[in-house]
Amino acid sequence: MTSPLEQKKIRITGPSVVTANRTWDGAVVYRTAKQGWSTELADSAIVNTSDEARALLAEATADDVGAVGPYIAPVELKDGGKVKPGNLREHIRAKGVTIDLQVPA
Amino acid sequence: MYAYDELDRTLINERVSEFRDQVKRRLSGELTEDEFKILRLQNGVYLQLHAYMFRVAIPYGTLSSKQLRRFAHVARRYDRGYGHFTTRQNIQFNWIKLAELPDALADLAEVGIHAMQTSGNNMRNVTSDQWAGVAPGEIEDPRIWSELIRQHTTLHPEFSFLPRKFKIAITAAEHDRAAIKIHDIGLRLHKNADGETGFEVLVGGGLGRTPFIAKTIKPFVPGRDILSYIEAILRVYNQYGRRDNIYKARIKILVHELGIEKFAKEVDEEWKAMGDVGLTLDHTAIEEVRSRFSYPAYEKLPHMPDELKQAAHDKLFERWRKNSVSAHKVQGYSIVTLSLKPVGGPPGDATAEQMDAVADLADKYSFGEIRVGHEQNLALPHVAKRDLPALFKALDRLGLATPNVNLVTDIIACPGLDYCSLANARSIPIAQELTRRFANHDTADLIGRLHINISGCINACGHHHVGHIGILGVEKNGEEFYQITIGGRADENAQLGTLIGPAVPYAEVADVIEDIVEAYLALRDRPEELFVDTVKRLGVEPIRERVYATR
Repeated sequence: MTSPLEQKKIRITGPSVVTANRTWDGAVVYRTAKQGWSTELADSAIVNTSDEARALLAEATADDVGAVGPYIAPVELKDGGKVKPGNLREHIRAKGVTIDLQVPA
Repeated sequence: MYAYDELDRTLINERVSEFRDQVKRRLSGELTEDEFKILRLQNGVYLQLHAYMFRVAIPYGTLSSKQLRRFAHVARRYDRGYGHFTTRQNIQFNWIKLAELPDALADLAEVGIHAMQTSGNNMRNVTSDQWAGVAPGEIEDPRIWSELIRQHTTLHPEFSFLPRKFKIAITAAEHDRAAIKIHDIGLRLHKNADGETGFEVLVGGGLGRTPFIAKTIKPFVPGRDILSYIEAILRVYNQYGRRDNIYKARIKILVHELGIEKFAKEVDEEWKAMGDVGLTLDHTAIEEVRSRFSYPAYEKLPHMPDELKQAAHDKLFERWRKNSVSAHKVQGYSIVTLSLKPVGGPPGDATAEQMDAVADLADKYSFGEIRVGHEQNLALPHVAKRDLPALFKALDRLGLATPNVNLVTDIIACPGLDYCSLANARSIPIAQELTRRFANHDTADLIGRLHINISGCINACGHHHVGHIGILGVEKNGEEFYQITIGGRADENAQLGTLIGPAVPYAEVADVIEDIVEAYLALRDRPEELFVDTVKRLGVEPIRERVYATR
């Protein structure tokens, strides 16, 4: 997955969200339509055009205290309106590592 | 073990206080992320996919049992119960909260551990041979010199804002376990014709996007002059190293573009021009640092104790002993490598419970000392041979006696896309699958020494370029693909691997590696010929033909 750290031009080709890491603990968060952050992808504001994406990203970036490193990430909208991560990187961020950690519960 | 003095302790404690204040100001919004980022990086704090990652230095790979227990404490209290040992003698915690980081740092400072200069464009942790001080035939303990360099370069203003990060590794043994030829500066301790101790200085090694093997810039620099010579190299780098392009900023690019002769000339001129800047190490200065290293009071023990003779009938013990136990410079003692590469496990990970247990075993069997190698394994450096059977049983119960050191399942792997924000593809699941494919220890023994290195992106934290088999994760149209190289090595004969064919998708990597190994077994001219030697003798083509003929 190309790192979004290399994201230079904002041009989206499908439904997208703005995601970042929460400042105090680094947790994965998503920008909501209520100008806040949520750890649930389902709560995220969905944008469908590049202009909407730019606006949502600008608003998220302005909240430098709440979250770090916001960027635009693709999502898939399933039947019934369920939101799924749009690539493997975002799947891992949303669901956790794909490996058996062998760590005691 | 090295005992910190009052100055070291003050420095570490002051850093904790500074960072606590910086974190407080960040969380209150007084500092922006742009302002804070360089401060957190100077304390080893990265932001990764899921959380902050905290990288802690283990200078020259030496730990006390007390320090290892403190890692276990940090893993348990502030993280998710485990840590990851890296390829540069650091440990990383993957899930730490920024708000709790100052407390974690304070807890580590109590046992003389810190995270200074584990990231950022400065002099990183000075690494060394994990068998330093105990390896037979070693010139002398290279950690004395590692510590002198560490002290000189820590918070040195001239080295704190370099064009790019800078890594030094030191070896004093004939066989290079510190991978000095893939470091910005590699130092090989040896004696000249007059019996004087000094260094062969190599410069410009490094992996990443543009890999280079380091070249010798000076065959012999007396030990007393090593700080001033390193300073001269750093001054030339600071003056000419590129700051306009992150991909061309490492010293390896400067050395390559200037040529080693021109670079050496520049350094020599700078060295002469510096004159006496108070960096000459006199006998007293060296002995002062040497005196702060404590060494075990070894007993006089037999070469072959009864306990070892009696255990020889135990096949599992014998397999482990032959694989993981190495000769020690003192008769009756051994160096024991603890494999952190269990079948199906993430390479280099250790749980808090394992860390605590290894600390206890170090107290019981290794004078309270543990080592960390760049291959992402641990070692107990001073184990009496009579204790080997009991130690094996204890390690086996902990899952730390996998007899695969230096074999095909002793895989070096970066965290990859499961953790790392820079990664393009996953590393750990590939490693896990390969360890399952080669889980049969008889098969692994038959194959012999074979190093597989995996990186999840071109930054090469898994040192894939110098793996006997190197695997590099790349992205193609949103899918994970892997480029495979063969013939690399990271030792005294270091060289970069050669691409064997087109990149293969995630699901096919293990099949291709199995085919490469099968081709090697068919092509080697005798069982003792190692994989890397077969590749050297035949080149890549015969193996490529066999592996890709049906693909």
